[in-house]
Amino acid sequence: MNVTFTDEELAFRDEVRTFLRDEMPEGIAEKRRLGVPLEPKDFISFQKALYRKGWAGYNWPVEYGGTGWTTVQKYIFGNEMAEANAPGIITFGLGMVGPVIYTFGNDEQKQRFLPDILESNVWWCQGYSEPGSGSDLASLKMRAELAGDHYVVNGTKTWTTLGQFADWIFCLARTSTDVARRQEGISFLLIDMKTPGVTVTPIITIEGDHEVNEVHFENVEVPAGNLVGEEGKGWTYGKVLLQHERTGTARVAVTRYRLSNLRQQAARSVRGAEPLANDRNFMRKLAAVEVELKALEFTELRTLAAVASGKAPGPESSILKLKGTELQQAVDELYVEAAGYYALPYVPSQYALDFPESDRVGEGSETQSSLTYFNFRKASIYGGSNEIQKNIIAKHVLGL
Amino acid sequence: MDLSLTDVQTMLIDSIEKFITNDYSFEQRQQYAASDVGYSPDVWATFADLGWTAVPFTEDDGGFDGGPVELMVMMQQFGRGLIVEPYLANIVLAGGVLRRAASDAQKTKWLQPLIAGELQAALAVTEPQSRYDLANIAATATKDGDEWVINGRKGVVLNGGNAGLLIIPARTSGASTDRSGITLFAVGGMAGGVSRKGYPTVDGHQAAEIVMQDVRVESNAILGEIDKAYEVIDAVVDEATLAVCAEAVGIMQTLTDKTVEYSKSREQFGVPIGSFQALQHRMVDMLTACEQSYSLLLWAAMANADQTEDAKRAISALKYQVGTAGKKVGQEAVQIHGGMGVAWDVDIAHYFKRLTTIGQMFGSADWHLDKLAR
Repeated sequence: MNVTFTDEELAFRDEVRTFLRDEMPEGIAEKRRLGVPLEPKDFISFQKALYRKGWAGYNWPVEYGGTGWTTVQKYIFGNEMAEANAPGIITFGLGMVGPVIYTFGNDEQKQRFLPDILESNVWWCQGYSEPGSGSDLASLKMRAELAGDHYVVNGTKTWTTLGQFADWIFCLARTSTDVARRQEGISFLLIDMKTPGVTVTPIITIEGDHEVNEVHFENVEVPAGNLVGEEGKGWTYGKVLLQHERTGTARVAVTRYRLSNLRQQAARSVRGAEPLANDRNFMRKLAAVEVELKALEFTELRTLAAVASGKAPGPESSILKLKGTELQQAVDELYVEAAGYYALPYVPSQYALDFPESDRVGEGSETQSSLTYFNFRKASIYGGSNEIQKNIIAKHVLGL
Repeated sequence: MDLSLTDVQTMLIDSIEKFITNDYSFEQRQQYAASDVGYSPDVWATFADLGWTAVPFTEDDGGFDGGPVELMVMMQQFGRGLIVEPYLANIVLAGGVLRRAASDAQKTKWLQPLIAGELQAALAVTEPQSRYDLANIAATATKDGDEWVINGRKGVVLNGGNAGLLIIPARTSGASTDRSGITLFAVGGMAGGVSRKGYPTVDGHQAAEIVMQDVRVESNAILGEIDKAYEVIDAVVDEATLAVCAEAVGIMQTLTDKTVEYSKSREQFGVPIGSFQALQHRMVDMLTACEQSYSLLLWAAMANADQTEDAKRAISALKYQVGTAGKKVGQEAVQIHGGMGVAWDVDIAHYFKRLTTIGQMFGSADWHLDKLAR
């Protein structure tokens, strides 16, 4: 039993490290360091750099242009991305709809959509949640009725992340109501956002940003060829995606990076104040979160080891999203506490590249601590709320 | 023993409740918060007309002789209404100093217009490096002939950007964390040498960073005794702590009420989510947290009204309780509301944010627990 990497894996780690150091597009690293929000073009240019390196399909099989990486390689890649403070990969294309299309789509769909997803030419968003159906996703009401060679789509999707930039949306829509179970009669549709009848209205979230949207569909005509897989089987395909969303949200590496930064920050004086390292209460809390995170790191490794050796992951995999979001939120709280009064100022405009350092309120990005804390309350709500995660674990793991 | 409210206290609650119901919707509150000054000057004038700005002051000063209990019942209602008007900064903090330390002439000059709603004021209790230590004051004031010259910085000064009167604690002797050697100065917001950077805070209120460079004032700008201001500041901040805790209790009660209501109407899996036992138990925990906080609030208000020996301990106990319970209640209210809990257009998010900032003010839960543990 060991957790050391092989020589090949260490060489791979160095290659990733070198790539992230040398080929991060101009300006992105500085924006990340200063807490300047990234624009769509930043995400795209980073993903295109990955594409040029052949790494955009980090999760994809080789036959569709992916890396075909082993589980361990994916793990190393994720760790190095976090350690380099690299931008997150926008998951809707590369992480979500791409895998659904290459797994369940037909040849024409694969040829039509996959290359542009890999190359980040097309921005995708996700149409699952509706105003009335959040955790109870199967209660969704969006209708898609077949009329000759196209579907007529009516309904509303909500909490559509970055939908304001999207070229395409993948939706779960109801194609039949005459079903025994609510999970049946739901289909997986690909819809061009430029189709007449599609409108996007912003939803401003708690921290004041426009990140999510409502997307309205009024008699939107969608070619029948945009149906992925079989009609009525969308729930099965969508669940595959949600499972992916759940493992992705453990975010162990990112949380570890943030915790180690906080430890470094605590060791020095901020704004001339006494270092927080002298505050035993604070450091005990920090240490407690570090212990829990180390446990989660090994829980994740157990899952990886099982997958790598071709076994099904055990019950430990179910707790990844649950515990991962709890720890992410615990770190958010520590940052707020560290900022003291400087968690109060609401000064988002100072996080711009040309903003003079001397005019900034607070030191570093400490005034963003509360905004991050507020924003990431969503982490225990989206992708199946933590209550739903517990229901799933109770049912499928404990057999209750 | 009698824990009932007096007729006057009940009238005060009723009049604030009525005002909020009729004239202070969440949508109006959001408009006021988004305006240039960050509150409604008209609403502030109404507060003065209704006498609310006069409550904590003596009858001699033109007030109603209200004490900690009156402050408690008012702030609790302000919490329920999520009021953004700067009552805390003007009346509790700046007014608290003037009430305790100002001479008659100074009261005429500053306290009367403050009570009348014509003057905005701020007390600069924090400096960038001071965290929660009220004695950690690096700003200095040195005597130069008949004048005093003030230099230094103040950080996150509530209402500091709008204030016509800034009350500045500055060091007139001693080392930078000594309790003795601190003096309070009344400085005009537009005085020469004062530069201010005002900004909104994440809870919709207002604050400012203030830099003072060779600000010159005369001796009649000194509030209270030279070198002896710590006791005044400490007493004022205790009262402000009681005030924000009362506000927090009002917010926690409102969040609990609204969450229970929401859980009855929001349906998932064909039933109201309030029918799930897992959520019921958590809402019972929210209620328990509110009730325990309210109990400590009563203790702290009465202990401070009677100036009992444990009055200071009661403040720390209350702030610890509100810090921990407030975080729990706020987070649970958001979580049980799901996506609606993190939407800007729904009030839940804004109650939660105000609870969060109250947790950051006048000492965190840990900071107060430390005081109690000593």
